[in-house]
Amino acid sequence: MSCIETIQSYAFRSLGFGERLLPRSDFTLCEQVTLIGSGMIWNIYFGVFALLTGFFMATALAVAKASPRAALRKPAEWFIFLFRGSPLFIQFFFAYFLFLSLKSSYPFFGNFTAAWLGALIVLFLNTAAYSAEIFYGALQSIPKGDTEAADAYGMSGWPRFRRIVWPTMLRLAWPAYTNEAIFLFHATTLVFFSGFPAWQQRGDALYYASYFADKTFNPFVPYPILAGYFILLTLVIVSLFGLVNRHLNRHLPANTRPRFKMRMNLIR
Amino acid sequence: MFSYCTDPSTLGGLTWLSCFLTTGVHLSFYLSFFKVLGLLAVTAPVALAFGFLGAMAARASFAPVSWLGKGYIAIVRGVPDIAFFLFFVIALDQVFEYTRHRILCPDWDQPVRQGNDFIVCQAAKLPLGSSPEWMHETYAFGLAVITFAIVFGAFAANVLFGAMRAVPRAQLETGEAYGMTQRQTFWRILVPQMWVFALPGLSNLWMVLIKATPLLFLLGIEDIVYWARELGGTKTSKFTSYPHGDWRMWYFLALLIFYLLMTKVSETLLGRLMARLTLGQATSGGEAQRKAA
Repeated sequence: MSCIETIQSYAFRSLGFGERLLPRSDFTLCEQVTLIGSGMIWNIYFGVFALLTGFFMATALAVAKASPRAALRKPAEWFIFLFRGSPLFIQFFFAYFLFLSLKSSYPFFGNFTAAWLGALIVLFLNTAAYSAEIFYGALQSIPKGDTEAADAYGMSGWPRFRRIVWPTMLRLAWPAYTNEAIFLFHATTLVFFSGFPAWQQRGDALYYASYFADKTFNPFVPYPILAGYFILLTLVIVSLFGLVNRHLNRHLPANTRPRFKMRMNLIR
Repeated sequence: MFSYCTDPSTLGGLTWLSCFLTTGVHLSFYLSFFKVLGLLAVTAPVALAFGFLGAMAARASFAPVSWLGKGYIAIVRGVPDIAFFLFFVIALDQVFEYTRHRILCPDWDQPVRQGNDFIVCQAAKLPLGSSPEWMHETYAFGLAVITFAIVFGAFAANVLFGAMRAVPRAQLETGEAYGMTQRQTFWRILVPQMWVFALPGLSNLWMVLIKATPLLFLLGIEDIVYWARELGGTKTSKFTSYPHGDWRMWYFLALLIFYLLMTKVSETLLGRLMARLTLGQATSGGEAQRKAA
């Protein structure tokens, strides 16, 4: 099989299109690059949707945690502690088996044991907790002058939040949030190793990489390919979030803008 | 375990549960919690040592050593850590076996990689095919510890490298003014002062290390995740005297609570340690303590 044919038959294998059987022997470099790249579709899917949905919940949680009312603050604090204080790996396992037992009593939960929904829910809640902590930190460090200026203009309630507090919070939190986004994408590799089955061998990038490593007993090819894909993805995220950062800080002189610095908060 | 447990099918309620939770396999399950704690106890100091060496290397004035240190710090950024765990365990195993192969069987003429196989001579196998079961388990656990130490060593190196740079330059210059050599300034001035700058990063790392321990399961160790899956699965009366349905959810809930407790305890202890270390330091934390007192 030439490389073009391999790409045609395996480029969308992770979604179930193309060749049904995975390669069994005589693995070529092309096959490995194509299949692992095909698996990246899942990583991007999980990461993008968890981030998009998690963002809104995180904002709400951060505001709730900063609230003076205990009825709002306590649940937010507990939620954040629950998801930040335990390993994501265990959260995946627990959620999977929870959905499995719910499914047997309520048919409504039928889809929840599939990775595309169940794992997405866990990732959504998880990133919401981590981002909420970042946003909460930013809320606490909004300059006093900004809120005093809002008061002086007679702003309160929703307009004050929407026009003063929220933009400043985002601006301050953005470098740390970029980091959170990077590690969320890294965390998506755990999905198919934690209970959620890869139905018909439709897995993510790490699933295929470990498939090749198991079959060839040679970790020195598939894992560097995977690393290459993730470094590429990281660069894309950094540049996209950098654009947003520039937009958020467009009113500031260039040398006072908060800059993104790669930090490691790693495994969840 | 208890005398009334001879015929579990006649028991009910809490008595049944007390028998169920003290069966032999459950004792192995409880033992695996100590495996996790053991891993933490071994890995944390080793990773700290690796990190210290890495940070020292990154600071070296001799360029190749400095590149080596900085490369080690940079390698774990940008790539999912679990890929490293999966990679290092096989890679280390093959490196060890290959080294032994070259030393022990010098007259072996076939290539080591034949198609999809990695073949070394019998004497180079690790552990030897004839060795007992516990050797295999210890070897697997040892590989896991080294893997954790390498990955977390890189993170620790990053933290310590930053902490070393955070020590005020004037302190080092004072040391030099007193006629200390580079080595003396490093050990007597820099190292004692860097810990307060390193502690926030290191305590973060400790939390991460706790949360990384379930990955032992992926490295093929019979850890708490393995046992929770094994014990929780549906058991019929054919194979056990304690039949039950699918209880994996409850077992993982127990693990979740175990990890939350670990986090809570660590948070409290590290908070106290930080308070002690900032005492009298010329940082904003130390200043706040002075004002409060």
